[in-house]
Amino acid sequence: MIQLIVLLPLLAAAIAGLGNKALGKLPAKILTTGALFISCALSWPIFISFLTGEAQAHVTPLFTWIQSGSFDAQWALRVDAMTAVMLVVITSVSSLVHLYSWGYMDEEPDQPRFFAYLSLFTFAMLMLVTANNLLQMFFGWEGVGLASYLLIGFWFRKPSANAAAIKAFVVNRVGDLGFMMGIFGTYLVFNTISIPEILEMAPSMAGSTIGFLGARFDTMTVLCLLLFIGAMGKSAQLGLHTWLPDAMEGPTPVSALIHAATMVTAGVFMVCRLSPMFETSATALTVVTYVGAATCLFAATVGTVQTDIKRVIAYSTCSQLGYMFFAAGVGAYGAAMFHLFTHAFFKALLFLGAGSVIHAMHHEQDMRYYGGLRKSIPVTFWTMTLGTLAITGVGLPLVGIGFAGFYSKDGILEAAYAAGGAGTGAFIVGVFAALLTSFYSWRLVFLTFFGKPRWTQSEHIQHALHDAHGHGHDDHAHDAHGHDDHHGADAGDGTGGYHPHESPWVMLVPLIVLSLGAVFAGFLFHDQFIGSEGGIAFWNGAIAFDSHLMHAAHEVPTWVKFAPFTVMLTGLLVAWLSYIRNTDWPRRFVATFSGLYSFLLNKWYFDELYHFLFVKPAFAIGRFFWKFGDIGFIDRFGPNGLAALVVQGNKVTRRLQSGYLYTYALVMLIGLAAAATWAMTR
Amino acid sequence: MDGFPILSLMMAVPMAGAIACLFVGANSARWIALIATLVDFVLGMALWANFDQSGSGAQWQFQEYAPIFGKFAWALGIDGIALMLIALTVFMMPICIGASWNAINKRVGEYMAAFLFMEVLMIGVFTAQDLYLFYIMFEAGLIPMYLIIGIWGGADRIYASYKFFLYTLLGSVLMLIAMMWMVHEAGTTEIPVLMAYNFDPHVQTWLFLAFFASFAVKMPMWPVHTWLPDAHVQAPTAGSVILAGVLLKMGGYGFIRFSLPMFPEASASLAPLVWGLSMVAVVYTSLVALVQSDMKKLIAYSSVAHMAIVTVGLFAFNQAGIEGAMMVMLGHGLVAGALFLCVGVIYDRLHTREIARYGGLSINMPRYAVLFLFFTMASVGLPGTSNFVGEFLALMGIYQASTWVALVCTTGIILGAAYMLYLYRRICYGEQVNADAAAMPDLSGREIWLLAPIAAVVLWMGVYPESFLKPMRPDIRALEARLAPAAPEGDSKIKMGAPKPAGEAHHEEVSAPSHSASGEAH
Repeated sequence: MIQLIVLLPLLAAAIAGLGNKALGKLPAKILTTGALFISCALSWPIFISFLTGEAQAHVTPLFTWIQSGSFDAQWALRVDAMTAVMLVVITSVSSLVHLYSWGYMDEEPDQPRFFAYLSLFTFAMLMLVTANNLLQMFFGWEGVGLASYLLIGFWFRKPSANAAAIKAFVVNRVGDLGFMMGIFGTYLVFNTISIPEILEMAPSMAGSTIGFLGARFDTMTVLCLLLFIGAMGKSAQLGLHTWLPDAMEGPTPVSALIHAATMVTAGVFMVCRLSPMFETSATALTVVTYVGAATCLFAATVGTVQTDIKRVIAYSTCSQLGYMFFAAGVGAYGAAMFHLFTHAFFKALLFLGAGSVIHAMHHEQDMRYYGGLRKSIPVTFWTMTLGTLAITGVGLPLVGIGFAGFYSKDGILEAAYAAGGAGTGAFIVGVFAALLTSFYSWRLVFLTFFGKPRWTQSEHIQHALHDAHGHGHDDHAHDAHGHDDHHGADAGDGTGGYHPHESPWVMLVPLIVLSLGAVFAGFLFHDQFIGSEGGIAFWNGAIAFDSHLMHAAHEVPTWVKFAPFTVMLTGLLVAWLSYIRNTDWPRRFVATFSGLYSFLLNKWYFDELYHFLFVKPAFAIGRFFWKFGDIGFIDRFGPNGLAALVVQGNKVTRRLQSGYLYTYALVMLIGLAAAATWAMTR
Repeated sequence: MDGFPILSLMMAVPMAGAIACLFVGANSARWIALIATLVDFVLGMALWANFDQSGSGAQWQFQEYAPIFGKFAWALGIDGIALMLIALTVFMMPICIGASWNAINKRVGEYMAAFLFMEVLMIGVFTAQDLYLFYIMFEAGLIPMYLIIGIWGGADRIYASYKFFLYTLLGSVLMLIAMMWMVHEAGTTEIPVLMAYNFDPHVQTWLFLAFFASFAVKMPMWPVHTWLPDAHVQAPTAGSVILAGVLLKMGGYGFIRFSLPMFPEASASLAPLVWGLSMVAVVYTSLVALVQSDMKKLIAYSSVAHMAIVTVGLFAFNQAGIEGAMMVMLGHGLVAGALFLCVGVIYDRLHTREIARYGGLSINMPRYAVLFLFFTMASVGLPGTSNFVGEFLALMGIYQASTWVALVCTTGIILGAAYMLYLYRRICYGEQVNADAAAMPDLSGREIWLLAPIAAVVLWMGVYPESFLKPMRPDIRALEARLAPAAPEGDSKIKMGAPKPAGEAHHEEVSAPSHSASGEAH
């Protein structure tokens, strides 16, 4: 069964991708979407059987991959509680995104390619989460990287999309360098790359030291940190995060699937999967905590000032990944996985909702040109609101009932507080980031759905209106009709006569299904994921589940439980005041703190810094090596120098070749004498 | 292994074809060449099928021996390593002939003869069991390549062919002197005997350096690599394919057949030199590749970087490293060959290698874009393709010897991604800025037949490399055993710490079930 779940998407991708235009749009769509829905339908029973405790972890071997001496990497599909969680996340979101794309990508001529990429991505992601050894995980890791590259650059005519695609791949490769070195080191230490075997042996290596780059370090710290660099790349943690916001160049369904729900959580998955290994190095866990907390804060601050709706959600994703990492860092792997699980639903929902808004607003992504959309696209509005309620963690602290994010995020914060040490710092940062989360999430909702329409300033809307008048193009015949009716009549109210339409049902159904997840996922599953008793039974050794910590997290002081609740309300209030009540507040803020504002707007100048530090020097040094190394030095003194020498030498030898017989006779004689001497003396 | 002289036959078929090509018209020459190479391919596959893979140590198969004069003999025989390289050769040759089908119009007979003659010599290199026979084959390989570049090459072909010749000849003179000394010392020209002969470690250093001069140039290693970009740029497409695909592998084969087993002590003591040059090569040539505006030059420089992974793998002195090096050689032979074919496809249409003259080819050449993307990704070393297997094993091997070398060489995966994706973007993505490039037709049937088989093998090698690793395993294990006494110590030296305090008890439940425990499907 697991073979079917994993391989169906691959098969569909291969057929749709290779068939491409010969196959046609509709068959490609039916094939890929159908395959995903079957995978999804097969995945849920597996998850449920783990929830009820019936299922046991097991491995389905396929065949040998790479064997070299004692190194043995097999293709195999592992299913345990961790995998089961990821299976439902991946296949559910993926199948819904496939369906959603029927509507969102409807005008796209290149649809088979798009759907093939989506299915290919799903296959790679499934290979990642079913890996039983580090190398297969790396295969999936790189496979999702490839799919991400292809999908970010899907609109390959756009220079910005191409640049973003390359950036995503190359920055991820920096992380992969760490991952690969981590695999090399792990193999060297444990003589195996099989994950269960490594995890079993890891505690025995605690306290040992290893030589690395000429110095000596704690063995497990080196290994964990190397692997963590890989996780940082894939999960866009501070330092290696720069690719994620740019990845929004891809079509919005892609952002929902890859850059929110699944691929970017691979790093969290990896740390949790290897949690018994990370548990052996306190230093590594501290680093994970700090990096997670720093990312959480950084991304949240940047998210507060962005105006592109997708970029706000992208930074939000980055920030939420930070939560997951510091949860793992303090040892609350269950909480990390739980937030991964709930986040997948509400973040995919927010992205798909944003896509629906963008669809309605004729590809305009700038929230400054939105406003007042709640009446025109009510389903999108209500589902996005549910998503926002989920991400901001709305719920009643003492009663213990709330939206998905309420259970998972508060679980993380409580665990961080309970863990103490680095966790205390992470708790403070996390609470502050929750304030920012609430602020930017509601800011997004208010700017988009409330207030007065500000559509006329948008170039995209202008184009739409212009198109509608110039030539009612085929796909939009009914739209064009609408525009004609009202244009001119109500220009001046900010709409410019533009009428946003609610998206088709193929786009709304995924929104509604995901909002069910955003509402109920926390309530339904929190005991299994983070309950101090239920967790042991559910995880059953798949992660280093710390029952004591989870118990302590439940017993934290009441003010700790109320802290996220309070900041959530504060953030909502501030957003309401700034964007509904006193709409000139943001302008005044910008005027007063222009330095801070541009620092945030420019994303802490990471891109500029990296461009200056890495990109420009790489090209400059390359040019230098080429012009001065290869041409100016090696060639000049090597072959060309030799050739010049030969020419010089020829001038000398020419004199010997005089044409006179006696010169030749003399040379011959000397040669004979020399040969005879050599023969006699040896 | 007495019996049918299949190795001689594999050399005789292209030889006969080469002679025939000289006396017939252009079209007949093409067909003769194609048939001869296809026959050789079939013979090569038969060779593989009949190769006994069950051995546990180094073993020579299909041996032939016919004395010529003195110690010099027509001695042939192969082991698993040679078998794989022969398979690569006979696989790439028909593709080279196909790639030249329409592109070569002048002196077709001579051209095909040169290619077939080169196949004879390449198979000769990989099968020779006599030191001098190897030398003759190894050096004679220069001649057809020199002619191919010099006669059918681009505008600056004379300079390129001289440079190629000068570089490679210089090394070979030193190698010949070393060989004469070795024969004198050991009293035999038989390579298998020499591989087990223990030369005086002092002399080994000199012998190693003499061989190194030749192999490093062929490889090519930094800093004697500058002939390669020029040779590639000037060579016709098929010339580049065979150069990157097979000729570069002769250097690596030389290391694995001569330098390592014959001079193990010298190899070990000079390994830091090889590592140093390879580290420089990976970073240096990758950065140079990044700034190239000529497609062929870019891929040529990337070849130097990939070949550096081969040398670090070989000089890791362990099984993973050497197997990885072999896999990189095979994978790179296919992928770099295919990339040069991809360049050739668009060069044939627009007659320029200037990257900026293309753009947006995904729009008018979608099939081409798919295959080119596939080979780009293979070149980048994506798991599931041939190059990943090799690079991974080679780098893992070197990690056990030196973490520094592993770190520096692994940066190749970042830089490789940068220059290849940047190349792909400029050629296939973006808007169609050049009208003539936008008017180019997609791949013809012939071109698909050239590229698709390579793609299939690249995938096969990436997903189930066992087919390729298995025949080589006994021989590489024997080589590792030969090297073991001399192998340098790694820098990772683990020291166990104090036993863990009992505070970790609550993680006891973590012990996950063994992966072999239950194998049944869900």
